[in-house]
Amino acid sequence: MPDLSINFAGIKSPNPFWLASAPPTNSGYQVMKAFDAGWGGAVWKTLGVPVVNVSSRYGGVNYRDKRLIGFNNIELISDRPLVDNLREIEEVKKHFPHHAVIASLMVQSREEWHQIVRDVTSAGADGIELNFGCPHGMCERGMGSAVGQEPDVLRTIVEWVMEVAQIPVIVKLTPNISDVTEPARAAREGGADAISLINTIQSIVGVDLDLFAPYPIVDGKGTNGGYCGPAVKPIALNMVKNCAQDPYVQLPISGIGGIENWRDAVEHILLGASSVQVCTAAMHFGFGIIREMTAGLEQYMTEKGFHTIYDMVGKALPNVKHWEDLNLKYKVTANIHEDKCIGCQLCYTACEDGAHQAIALREGTRIPEIIEENCVGCNLCSLVCPVENCITMDRTDDGTEHLTWKERTLAGNIPTEFNDERAGGLHHWVPKPTAALGKEKHKTLPGKARQLELPTPEKAAMAKKE
Amino acid sequence: MAEFVPPTSEQEFHANFAQLKPRMNNTEALYESSRCLFCFDAPCIQACPTGIDIPQFIRQINTGNVTGAALTIYAANYFGNACGKVCPTEVLCEGACVYNLQEVKPIEIGRLQSFATRQVIESHKYLFEPGPPNGRKVAIIGAGPAGISCACELRALGYGVDVFEAKSQPSGLTVHGVAPYKITNEEVLAEMDYLQTQFGYRVQYNSPICSRPDLLALEEGYDAIFLGIGLGKTNALLLPGEERENCVGAVEFIEQLRREHHQILVGRKVIVLGGGNTAMDAASESARLGAEDVILAYRRSKEDMGAYDFEYDLAKSVGVKGLFNVAPVEIVGNGRVEGVKFIRTATVDGQVQAVPGSEFVEPCDMVIKATGQAKQTTFLGLIPGLQLDSKGRIVADTHTYQTTNPQYFASGDALNGGAEVVNAAAEAKVAARGIHHYLSAR
Ligand SMILES: Cc1cc2nc3c(=O)[nH]c(=O)nc-3n(C[C@H](O)[C@H](O)[C@H](O)COP(=O)(O)OP(=O)(O)OC[C@H]3O[C@@H](n4cnc5c(N)ncnc54)[C@H](O)[C@@H]3O)c2cc1C
Ligand SMILES: Cc1cc2nc3c(=O)[nH]c(=O)nc-3n(C[C@H](O)[C@H](O)[C@H](O)COP(=O)(O)O)c2cc1C
Ligand code: SF4
Ligand code: SF4
Ligand code: SF4
Repeated sequence: MPDLSINFAGIKSPNPFWLASAPPTNSGYQVMKAFDAGWGGAVWKTLGVPVVNVSSRYGGVNYRDKRLIGFNNIELISDRPLVDNLREIEEVKKHFPHHAVIASLMVQSREEWHQIVRDVTSAGADGIELNFGCPHGMCERGMGSAVGQEPDVLRTIVEWVMEVAQIPVIVKLTPNISDVTEPARAAREGGADAISLINTIQSIVGVDLDLFAPYPIVDGKGTNGGYCGPAVKPIALNMVKNCAQDPYVQLPISGIGGIENWRDAVEHILLGASSVQVCTAAMHFGFGIIREMTAGLEQYMTEKGFHTIYDMVGKALPNVKHWEDLNLKYKVTANIHEDKCIGCQLCYTACEDGAHQAIALREGTRIPEIIEENCVGCNLCSLVCPVENCITMDRTDDGTEHLTWKERTLAGNIPTEFNDERAGGLHHWVPKPTAALGKEKHKTLPGKARQLELPTPEKAAMAKKE
Repeated sequence: MAEFVPPTSEQEFHANFAQLKPRMNNTEALYESSRCLFCFDAPCIQACPTGIDIPQFIRQINTGNVTGAALTIYAANYFGNACGKVCPTEVLCEGACVYNLQEVKPIEIGRLQSFATRQVIESHKYLFEPGPPNGRKVAIIGAGPAGISCACELRALGYGVDVFEAKSQPSGLTVHGVAPYKITNEEVLAEMDYLQTQFGYRVQYNSPICSRPDLLALEEGYDAIFLGIGLGKTNALLLPGEERENCVGAVEFIEQLRREHHQILVGRKVIVLGGGNTAMDAASESARLGAEDVILAYRRSKEDMGAYDFEYDLAKSVGVKGLFNVAPVEIVGNGRVEGVKFIRTATVDGQVQAVPGSEFVEPCDMVIKATGQAKQTTFLGLIPGLQLDSKGRIVADTHTYQTTNPQYFASGDALNGGAEVVNAAAEAKVAARGIHHYLSAR
């Protein structure tokens, strides 16, 4: 049995799954229920200055039949009395001494920071997270992402906190910045013990077509909110990787953003996170999803022979390179496996309209054909193909050569002008522009049908019965 | 057997004849439409006789543009709702869906089609209007799928259109022939109203055109005449005893069923003669009316039946039993039907031959003959110069459906010898364009 427990910058937790600071951690009741369900830790809903919330406050991005692939909110920090929260933190720690309770904080002045840090410490919190990420409502008051976007201010506040902190301090970063390593470095310089990222991304999830207002709508008006959920994972992963690879950051990372299942968590961990935090998924599906997450992680670790979480932290980092370090001699070509092809011809249109005109239709069959000399190995067809492993990208170079852009630069062998023979794209085949005319019209005209291999009626009937 | 209790009220009738393709709710439609791959040059389109841009309308449903979806459907097929429910989708659009090749349930195109069209029908969202009047008039004989589709298309082109219909309701066999578990009368007629309100063609009911003077009046009063008369009554078997009480033709039986629902009486033990789709329907329908035993008797083997497999499966699923390789030789009984005398058959070199001495009587109290519909050759004979082929089908130009009498055009069962609603709808549009072409050139 692999050991899922972690010691994150001194904060101990039976597993790396924490609830992020958000509505699911708004009360002692919820946090206890979550721990009871199997969560290893909880970052308490941010405590701080008094606020008033609006209604409604959440917006969703639905895609086809999938609900909430993206989620946003215009909610502020905890609107419950501080004393209630402190009392509940104490209560939770009594029942769960070995689980991680981290107090998320956001106040303004040095005095306020000192006070609240002391308060949560005496309430028994295992750690502190500084919320420098909230991208709406608080930043206008000079807090949240307003701090996260100013490394100097961020460093100063971290220093204030470190003056009195007796427990580990995590700095939660905002993604609303062009280079996330800058505030990450400032956090380190200020003396923080760890960083967590990402907080939500400034967003408008949609506009009501009848009311002409952005979601969520508050009495006919709306404002930009913070984006999270499955859709933000790619952005979060990149930022986690950037911090993990930065030689000046070198702090434990708590990965946040779009984590919904064990795979998402493992991805964050492989790119350098050693704890992970979850918000939207818990809001969408409840605390019960933790069962799938821990079971999946355990199974993965068993199969891979990882004994502890630390065996896998950052394991993918050595393979995340700069573009200029990639092998220019490596070549893959699309390969359609005819036995699997269902003839939807999505690959054809994708390559024809969206890529390199390297797929042709053939007489008498709906199975398209790769025009190998045109195929640049971009992947598009294999990405759009709805059949598992029907289009594979097969290696076509012999593997003997390895040459990167950086090496070419050093050797003085990079193209320097547009007609340079050494440039790419120079000998790629492109149809004449006029060949495009009238093409679109032909596709659904009766009588223009290519011969199709109709499934037999028996087969159709069989499929029907299922 | 007796899976169905004989229905005694409209409610019980509807329960026994529950819709095979029930209406989708919004969630079902959203989920199902999400699955469509938006294939290029989609095989489903190619398999639809009316060439509906299926991926387009499915995507429109998925993006909340249900009215736009209905427009896409109706622009290709005026029987959009009816076809969604009565088309043999298993062998048409859905049978061609690429998902079949992946052993995955194909997209439920028919139900999605009805989902979209019913919304515009019920909300009275009109999508079409007649074209500017061009001063020409066309007479249409028969208000079936062919006649009504032709009327809509001609009105859109600006023609004055009068439809003459022998019966008291429009839509032909869609309301008189198709099985009630495929579509209800209300649904069919609602679509007919929807079309007529938009296109404003006139229909004269209870007005059979049956004599030379009738035809002459049309020939003189109209620029062109469209024949959408379909087929005729059930073919006679020419067997002794055929006249006995309770020996009925399938078309007549089903027509009565569609009109009178639970008020029609079915035998306790029914023998259906035939192996086509109408036989399957008649057998299924008898069972749903509460017959205790229904036997489907066919002269060849099960594999040789003309019916679609899924239709036979449907009949079997309600308890219908098959009796194969038997030919009826006499309807026995005393005034009323008491049984069918069969002789066993064997197929030798593709020919059905009786096995001498193998006669037996299968008792029953009702016989339904599903042995094909007769052609209306006598009536068609009244039209000068109108040529029929050896099977009694109207001969016409395949691009315009103009017959050998240039003033006459034809579509549907009368032309193709008996196919589906969707074929009639598709051909009628071609004919309407043919009429337009012919009259514009004059
Ligand atoms: C039992 C049965 C079940 C069927 N089930 C299905 C099914 O599930 N799905 C499917 O797609 N298709 C089905 N069909 C076939 C489908 O109903 C026909 O293909 C379609 O209705 C043909 O349309 P039509 O307009 O050519 O003819 P019809 O529908 O037959 O319409 C002809 C119309 O013309 C009228 N008419 C005829 N002669 C004259 C005259 N001289 N003067 C005035 N009016 C006249 C008739 O009263 C009728 O209203 C079924 C057919 C039958 C018999
Ligand atoms: C409704 C809501 C309220 C949030 N409130 C806070 C907060 O008070 N403090 C904080 O640090 N982050 C807050 N967040 C951000 C989350 O902690 C988390 O960083 C973000 O949602 C990304 O994770 P996810 O993709 O798992 O949701 C909030 C998020 C949501 C959706
Ligand atoms: S996308 Fe895949 S399944 Fe579709 S035609 Fe191309 S190879 Fe075949
Ligand atoms: S008309 Fe019939 S065949 Fe055509 S798409 Fe609709 S249901 Fe399918
Ligand atoms: S074949 Fe199936 S998946 Fe493809 S467009 Fe048609 S309905 Fe959609």
